[in-house]
Amino acid sequence: MCLAIPGKIIEIDKNKEHAIVDYGDGTKRKVNVTLVDVKIGNYVLVHAGFAIEVLNEKDALETLSLFREMLSMEDE
Amino acid sequence: MFSLRDKQIAKQVISKIKKMNVNLKFMHVCGTHQDTLVKHGLDALLKDCGIEIIQGPGCPVCVTTPREIEEMLMLAKKGKTVATFGDMIRVPGETQSLQNIRTEGYDVRTIYGIEDAVKIAKENKDKDVVFMAVGFETTTPTTASVLLKNPPSNFSILCCHRTVPNALKAILDMGEVKLNGLIEPGHVSTIIGTKPYEFISKDYDVPQVITGFEPLDLLMSIWMLVKQIKQGNAHVQNEYARAVHKNGNTKAKEAIDEVFESVDMKWRGFSVIPQSGLMLREKFEKYDARKKYENELAELKDKEFVEPKGCKCGELLRGLLYPKDCPLFGKQCKPGSPVGPCMVSIEGSCNIEYRYSKK
Repeated sequence: MCLAIPGKIIEIDKNKEHAIVDYGDGTKRKVNVTLVDVKIGNYVLVHAGFAIEVLNEKDALETLSLFREMLSMEDE
Repeated sequence: MFSLRDKQIAKQVISKIKKMNVNLKFMHVCGTHQDTLVKHGLDALLKDCGIEIIQGPGCPVCVTTPREIEEMLMLAKKGKTVATFGDMIRVPGETQSLQNIRTEGYDVRTIYGIEDAVKIAKENKDKDVVFMAVGFETTTPTTASVLLKNPPSNFSILCCHRTVPNALKAILDMGEVKLNGLIEPGHVSTIIGTKPYEFISKDYDVPQVITGFEPLDLLMSIWMLVKQIKQGNAHVQNEYARAVHKNGNTKAKEAIDEVFESVDMKWRGFSVIPQSGLMLREKFEKYDARKKYENELAELKDKEFVEPKGCKCGELLRGLLYPKDCPLFGKQCKPGSPVGPCMVSIEGSCNIEYRYSKK
């Protein structure tokens, strides 16, 4: 139920309530964007027809650096 | 290229966890976490490392009560057009599901999100449309956002929204299951941020990690929990930083606060959990189906509703059992003929167990 799928904003309508999101697999859907501040090109998480968050590359890299840190650590 | 499904890295992480030599039990509250754990066989691998993981009350469809389903059935039978998510439509109330009565000719619509229900109301001014608003904090802002935009007067909601943190508190207060750590749901946290979980670590000395949905997200978060335990810590860590910020989604939280207020609410398998549900504020009561259709729902008011006979969903949702411990599992209860909600919902632990054990 709390499933959310990432996709890219490719078009925003004039009143800024809806946008077209491209899921990268050929699927495009109209999505409500009133809960987020978005620009064309942003990646968003979509749940039940609404974008609920903008995904941020800097934060994604943080997760990766956590993994690197963990893997480089000696076993305790 | 690093991938969150990289098998080699997964093996390395598992071997690190195994070397930590522990015997622990963790709970998560999210069907998508359960799906990842079972689909990729992580549950079995982790058990081999001394870590048992159990799904608690983490499926909004599953924790919805028979009363709420009976309310929707009654509204449909009184001529309303009722709409909700696909999984919800198939969950039986005391005897029937919304899907059953659709075949009897009542107007039951399956929708993808609340905007679809508003569209039905706009296009059918002669119909009263009721949306069954289920879901945790991930879904609640979508309901709030729509109600803030003045939907048409023939539209209303039966509010069944619930909130996660106090349900976790209830599990810990009940003490039926001894938990060493909590794996927190990523997309609920996308909305609420990290702060609402802090009291749990502080008051119950339980470590928590907010976790994403890929196999390596879960393995990483388990390693983080074990590490906290080994170091004698108990706090909230965020493994899913790419989608969860400390303060959550402020716009979404403001919308929720404007439209809803917290109430005590019953969850399936539990008694009433203090401050674990939401109701519409007075300003929005014209959209509250329970008030708008008080007369239609009157005969349900003092009725007691029981859960299906022999169904163990309640114990499952409290983390006391695994699907295979239920005598009905895979026999009287299958996805095509479910007895309880955990077998209906694709996020329910029984449905997940059944699907992957058949592969």
